[in-house]
Amino acid sequence: MDFEFTAEQVAIRDTIRELVQDRVAPRAAEIDQTAEYPKDIEKLFAENGILGIPFPEQYGGISGSSVTICMGIEEIAKACASSSLILAVQALGSYPILVAGTEEQKQRLCPPLASGEKVAAYALSEPGSGSDAAAMQTRAKKHGNEYVLNGTKQFITHGSIASTLVVFAQTDPGADHRGISAFVLERETSPWTVEKLEHKLGIRGSPTAQIVLEDVKVPASNRLGEEGAGFKIALAVLDRSRPGIGAQALGIAEGAFDYALNYVKERKQFGQPVASFQGIQFMLADIATQIEAARHLVFQAATKVDAKAPDLTKIAAMAKLFASDMAMRVTTDCVQLLGGYGYISDYPVERMMRDAKITQIYEGTNQIQRVVIARALLR
Amino acid sequence: MRELAQGVVQPLAAEVDREHRFPHEAISAAAEAGLLGVLVPRQYGGAGLDALAFAICIEELAQACASTAVIVDVHTSVGTEPILLFGDEEQKREWLPRLAKGELLGAFALTEPASGSDAASLKTTARRNGNSYVLNGTKVFITNIGQAGVYVVFARTGPDEKAAGITAFLVPAEAAGVKVGQVFQKMGLHGSPTGELVLEDVRVPAANRLGGEGQGFVVAMRALDSGRIGISGQALGIAQAAVDEARALMRQRGHEQGDDFTLAEMATRLESARLVAYHAAWLCSRGLPFTRQASMSKLHCTDTAMQVALDALQIAGDEGAVAGSPFERHVRDAKALQIYEGSNQVQRMVIARDLLRAG
Repeated sequence: MDFEFTAEQVAIRDTIRELVQDRVAPRAAEIDQTAEYPKDIEKLFAENGILGIPFPEQYGGISGSSVTICMGIEEIAKACASSSLILAVQALGSYPILVAGTEEQKQRLCPPLASGEKVAAYALSEPGSGSDAAAMQTRAKKHGNEYVLNGTKQFITHGSIASTLVVFAQTDPGADHRGISAFVLERETSPWTVEKLEHKLGIRGSPTAQIVLEDVKVPASNRLGEEGAGFKIALAVLDRSRPGIGAQALGIAEGAFDYALNYVKERKQFGQPVASFQGIQFMLADIATQIEAARHLVFQAATKVDAKAPDLTKIAAMAKLFASDMAMRVTTDCVQLLGGYGYISDYPVERMMRDAKITQIYEGTNQIQRVVIARALLR
Repeated sequence: MRELAQGVVQPLAAEVDREHRFPHEAISAAAEAGLLGVLVPRQYGGAGLDALAFAICIEELAQACASTAVIVDVHTSVGTEPILLFGDEEQKREWLPRLAKGELLGAFALTEPASGSDAASLKTTARRNGNSYVLNGTKVFITNIGQAGVYVVFARTGPDEKAAGITAFLVPAEAAGVKVGQVFQKMGLHGSPTGELVLEDVRVPAANRLGGEGQGFVVAMRALDSGRIGISGQALGIAQAAVDEARALMRQRGHEQGDDFTLAEMATRLESARLVAYHAAWLCSRGLPFTRQASMSKLHCTDTAMQVALDALQIAGDEGAVAGSPFERHVRDAKALQIYEGSNQVQRMVIARDLLRAG
């Protein structure tokens, strides 16, 4: 299948590609080494409408298409995986509102996110419930016209810098996953505290926070969907966000391969370019083939999301699983292609290899993707 | 051995990684335990053990801390063994006791910016001047840089542009003109310093020439053959640690069949890698040809360590990816092993060449 991107999508991609080359790529090594959130890149994306990609025009955005989101994430991740999360997590934190919000909620909450005035995040995982979301401990108790939230959320990407946070909490603790509800917390009125920031193997410029909710009051008008609908919302969101992680993995792999391919063409050993050796050529062929296969699966999944296809859960999980496993293998091989230089921080590929690993873990570990795929097959 | 590794070396591993610092305490403890002279005969102050014992020592160390393991490995094999194999009696008496006791740390300087896998094309020169040689050039990716007391340096003495023009020298770190250039920031092995060795008009006495003029490439290749056994041991140690940690975590938090199968595969790969490595070490100990087996061992053990470390991190999930977790450290450390002491591409070349040789 060949992907026919619209002229508009191609224009968006070209704009991003240029911005990334000029402004993001030169910052990528520093962002990794200092492990600081690149506020300047966030601002750059906001000013250029990139953070409006996850939103349809009626909510202040420029697209709302999963295909376009994936194109954007892929382009950014080619140079800097940490920066690609600025778009990916803006999308992730907004999906619950777009998927389950009322018209009033969408009109109220989305425009400041689309303009980049506000940053979104998504808080599902807890210290005791990673893959097993139904075991969550965070509680939301209704008092009159508001809810009071208590609990701890773990590994929350952008949890420290977000101003809008979608939180999942138990409103009916006896009801297992049917007791989970979703809430939108606006930081000025429903503040949470950041307990700690993780130091990580990769995506070091993207803050990962443990956050604590202590008697946080949320107006009932910020509940998304009905009480008890939270788990369904979470799953629907993950169906939509997983192709984006596939796109991130794809971009990381492509960035590493671009670099390694140029390197082996220029580096000479035994009096000839390293690329002239068949052992190296076979590696290049395998890498390119894997990238091509992952690319089609990712955009196939994104297309199914946009079409609301009945099998989108399965394909989205496949895209995330395949692309992230591919990225891990490919970046490991790209370090190998650079030899000793690949292993030191003067060159970008070791960073890309470190960044690739998390794509196999977050938004549902790859073990969970396999569970999801197997369940769909055996239904 | 295990007591030293788990009692002294292992508790330092996370800190050494985090702080990018040389594990002095671990190396001192290893020296006191006689570990720095494993391969050196007793008459020169060593333990006089064989290649298999050496591989097992490095494996135990690497299970505790891969940085400490590579420091000891490079010192013991490529840093010391060339003197043992190619040195004359006087050189052995002068250098081996101090190396075996750990008064001096050894290092091996072959690679240059433009000659990695193609080692025979190195450019560093050694010009004969009366009773000494004057060395000039730059070496890169030198393990134990700045910590070594003596470097085995390979330089060109003859007009021959290839292997036949290369000679090995023992260059003391304190010789005038020996400088430490850039020390690299690496993905892993943060406790083991790697960097550039710059030689500017370094004068060494002719008595420091190891073997004859033009014999250097033979010295280097033989050193690397047994070096590969040491790296195999390092790979086995990292892989064993990853398997043990994944297993402990699964037992503690519960497990399902998907991860069970992964663990089974990890342990099976490790078992096969260990047998290949021990076989190569055994051949070496017996004085039998072992070049192909050493390369197979290095290739198989290091690819196994990489895969097993990645699998263990995947089993651990988010918590394994947090800095300071042993799971993510093993992944970063393991990658170096597929690259150094002959990249795994070079190992494949060696193996294929040996297999396809006529006769």
